[in-house]
Amino acid sequence: MAPRIAATAAEAVANIHDGATVMIGGFGNAGQPMELIDALLDCGASNLTVVNNNAGQADAGLALLIKERRVSKVICSFPRQSDSWHFDEAYRAGELELELVPQGNLAERIRAAGAGIGGFFTPTGYGTMLAEGKETRMIDGRGYVLETPIHAEFALIKALRADTLGNLVYRKTARNFGPIMATAAKQSIVQVDEIVAPGSLDPENVITPGIFIDTLVTIGDTNS
Amino acid sequence: MSTFTTTDAALTRDEMAKIVAVDIPAGAFVNLGIGQPTNVSNFLTSEQGVTLHTENGMLGMGPVATGDEIDGDLINAGKIPVTELPGASYFHQADSFAMMRGGHLDVCVLGAFQVSGGGDLANWHTGAPGAIPAVGGAMDLAIGAKSTWVMMGLFTKAGESKLVETLSYPVTGLGCVSRIYTESAIFDLADNKVTVRSTHGISFDELVARLPVDLHKA
Repeated sequence: MAPRIAATAAEAVANIHDGATVMIGGFGNAGQPMELIDALLDCGASNLTVVNNNAGQADAGLALLIKERRVSKVICSFPRQSDSWHFDEAYRAGELELELVPQGNLAERIRAAGAGIGGFFTPTGYGTMLAEGKETRMIDGRGYVLETPIHAEFALIKALRADTLGNLVYRKTARNFGPIMATAAKQSIVQVDEIVAPGSLDPENVITPGIFIDTLVTIGDTNS
Repeated sequence: MSTFTTTDAALTRDEMAKIVAVDIPAGAFVNLGIGQPTNVSNFLTSEQGVTLHTENGMLGMGPVATGDEIDGDLINAGKIPVTELPGASYFHQADSFAMMRGGHLDVCVLGAFQVSGGGDLANWHTGAPGAIPAVGGAMDLAIGAKSTWVMMGLFTKAGESKLVETLSYPVTGLGCVSRIYTESAIFDLADNKVTVRSTHGISFDELVARLPVDLHKA
């Protein structure tokens, strides 16, 4: 089924409910769907589990969700930055649970969820405190850790352009987590600069096929 | 194998970076970690034909962007705006780390708090009470590349060796480091044997006296 095209960011995120697990694309600010996050803040959903590479920067986007205590748990690889003060405060106050995951394991756990994989053995993290309590196995003389998929009810993603069928193209390093999060969430909500007619995107250049996309919203060019 | 060399003065950061750059094989795919390793890119020559990987999703990364080149969608792993070189490519996070974990990168250069004689690496977390842990791609980088090299100061401010028998900081990866570049010496690590390739501003004998691991002269 072709994706729903929402008129506004608020309409796009309206289904997100208390207690939901929400993947949010972006590496730092590149690819962070800022307008969708702002809409999520406005919609009032709380007790969220957020999956993102980071835990918010400065006073925008995910950082504001954390500041307003809408997030009860963050699954990420790199929460601590010079400008992650809202995360730091919530974490130190014991008001935010952190599941720290090596970045490549985070990516592969998201990919596994989208690909229907029940778990995988990875060498990353073997012998470290991030593997404590996890099943390990020696394979061909090397140590591996069992990691499980990360599923989500929603993904918020920023892409450059979509066609009305949900096929997506991204821009430069803003692609980062978008394509895998789109596969891993039950409902993938995408903000784009523009939505074009089918046939306007070269099929050879489509990065995320529309089958993975549920909602589109045009935000306009946010790069300038 | 190289043979042992020595210089009277300790290496400067630029001299260390230049030596690392010269050691990178022509045509290699390389990931340079945040901090001192980033400086290596300033000493790579175009004749070397090295391709830089940044784990947030790009091969063919160019120099830091300035002026009109700055584009928020084009950043490196340190979130600094960079440029793309002809022949660059973009890919998503799972592909980027498959590249690394799958052994497709030739060399990764990282900073470190400590390295053990057996090549165990600590560089992600001090383990101090109250410190908020952040790992990023450190564990993937440590164990993923065909060769993992470290650039670090050899001694702490208190004068203790950062090349240790056993890590006291939390582990990033086990048995993964094969070379260490420091201001005072360059070490090759293989099969639990530490070979000193060169010393700088310190004699081999003095090094043997100050480091807690057995050292062999190249």
